[in-house]
Amino acid sequence: MTASRTQHLASSSIILVIALLVGWVSFTEQPAEAFLFPRLISIFFMVFALWNFIRAVMGLSKVGEGISGQTARAILPGLIVMLIYIFWAAKGYGKVPALEGHWLYDWVRRGLGFYTSSTIAFFLLYSLYDPAPITDIRSWLKRIVVTAIFMAIIYGLFALLLKVQTPRGMIF
Amino acid sequence: MEFLSYFGGVFEPLAFALLVGGTIGGLILGATPGLSPTMAVALLIPFTFHLTATQGLILLGAAYTSTVAGGAVSAILLKIPGAPANIATALDGHAMAKKGEGARALHLSFLSSGIGGVIGVLLLIFLTPLLAQWALAFGPSHLFWLAILGVTVIGSLDSKSFVKGLLAGCIGLWLSMIGYDDIQGAQRFIFHDALAGGIHIIAALIGIFAIPQVLDMFAKGRSKAKIEAVDVPQHAFSASAKEMGRSGRPLTIGTIIGSIVGLIPGIGGQIAGLVAYDQAKKFSPHKDKFGTGHPEGLIAAESANNAMVGPSLVPLLTLSIPGSPTAAVLLGGLLIHGIFPGSDIFERNPEVIWTFINSMLIGQIFMVIFGIVIAKQAAKIAQAPLPIMASAVLVLALFGSYSVQQSMGDVWIMLSLGLGMYFLEKFGFSAAPVVLGLILGPIAESNFVQGSLIAGAQFDGPWAQAQYFTTGTLNLVLIALVILSIGYSFLSHRASGRAAVNVEGVQA
Repeated sequence: MTASRTQHLASSSIILVIALLVGWVSFTEQPAEAFLFPRLISIFFMVFALWNFIRAVMGLSKVGEGISGQTARAILPGLIVMLIYIFWAAKGYGKVPALEGHWLYDWVRRGLGFYTSSTIAFFLLYSLYDPAPITDIRSWLKRIVVTAIFMAIIYGLFALLLKVQTPRGMIF
Repeated sequence: MEFLSYFGGVFEPLAFALLVGGTIGGLILGATPGLSPTMAVALLIPFTFHLTATQGLILLGAAYTSTVAGGAVSAILLKIPGAPANIATALDGHAMAKKGEGARALHLSFLSSGIGGVIGVLLLIFLTPLLAQWALAFGPSHLFWLAILGVTVIGSLDSKSFVKGLLAGCIGLWLSMIGYDDIQGAQRFIFHDALAGGIHIIAALIGIFAIPQVLDMFAKGRSKAKIEAVDVPQHAFSASAKEMGRSGRPLTIGTIIGSIVGLIPGIGGQIAGLVAYDQAKKFSPHKDKFGTGHPEGLIAAESANNAMVGPSLVPLLTLSIPGSPTAAVLLGGLLIHGIFPGSDIFERNPEVIWTFINSMLIGQIFMVIFGIVIAKQAAKIAQAPLPIMASAVLVLALFGSYSVQQSMGDVWIMLSLGLGMYFLEKFGFSAAPVVLGLILGPIAESNFVQGSLIAGAQFDGPWAQAQYFTTGTLNLVLIALVILSIGYSFLSHRASGRAAVNVEGVQA
């Protein structure tokens, strides 16, 4: 299976925009000496991006399977969990001065902490993609046990052995 | 024979434990489908921060060697290559296992991997100092062209599309320029605070290699398909060893091809295994038996993909140009430990480098021993459900990238690059040129700047830079190689495109 022409066109357009942005920044920002090498590379970047775009327009771009609706539907739940986990739950994110001081905002801004969020993310992802029926009690027990064992190993490795200080967040 | 005096370091208690642990862990990781050797080595790098450079490199080297060999276990018993390097192994290996010769196939696989690997490391030992001596003559202009050559070779050869390969290399070079300029202190492409310190190579490697694999596992959805391993009846090891002794032809073909492929920057084990399999078939009097469970194909493929490991480090250690994507990750490991590859690497860090190379030699022997002992157990672990593996890799990626500099910025960069790479891969872009661009970018830039300063002092006029970078025999040879790599790739992709059109025409 190969990606549709529209998908190739969309992806090559995004890359072309990035290449043009890199070229524009390289040739307009100062000091010029700091952008000597970026200018050189951006020329090739823009040429290849344009070539890639023209191939997509002409329907010559055939390499790559693209992303089917089925694939998108399959990865979407995991992707959402992944994004919430990394961009918020592990350490919290964002700064809205107008909301500062509000208990809910402060609570949310801190995130859940590395170990708590990792435990939840591991368990959620395992449960989302586990083919065992939702009604099967044993499979839920298995998920809890596997998550607990895995997180104990991670804690042992990073907290006890490597002594990595991780953000604590609102829980742990 | 300087290397002989550094064997003691390998047998220091912690170093030895890391070698054994890295070999066993690598065999298990390699046997697990979906976890590539490159990703395994990338995920291991954060664990080396708390070790000395020698100990860290021993762990990474052991993992590199054994993940390639471990991939044969799942290729033989499950018909799922643990790594791309084991694709050719599955062709005859699984057919042997289905005939009840699984143990024989595993013995032959590890023995041929071990022999190929030892010869590959010996080449590393004897060729690296020679190449390092030769590289002493290299100035900034040559090193600049070498870095560009590394990106163009891997961009041209490791990609399914010529233009996308080179474009991926440009993306990697651009990523390497993000952050503060070293000389002027100017901000470059800092679109977010997290990018102020630039893109840390380890966070980038983890993201680029781990996150797409996590998403690929998600893409399989709630798959109920269970991987079934075939039964492995006992087989006398002595009989396998005798058979190995009689298999000189495929072993020689595999070892020679693997060594040559390893020396060529950027190609990797997948090509080595497939080319060796094909050549062993051509030279065999039993051509018709290939694919039906014939040991010659298995021996050629496995000896090739492990013989490639040692030589792939020759251009890496002397010229900073990795011979394979996993070697590129290893380069990241060297750099974070303050080991800068180059012509004088053996003068600056003799103990670290020789102990590391010696550990790879001993690691080959351990790999054979542990491989044969734990192969069956490794196959059981390889049957671990995909949701567990995907979740585990994601959590490890978070902790691994955070522990690099205790920075959430690195974690966000890791995930952003990983997501970007997943979408790029879906449209035919390859991860290896991006990584090479990211790693070789600073080398290319620093030599470009140094060369420009020298050019200003040596030559007059507006074309001083061009004169410096494009004159001299070595510069011209390197420029010719850059053009040759691009031209060869362009023509071969055009030819394969035409062949595909012809096939479609015939089918229609």
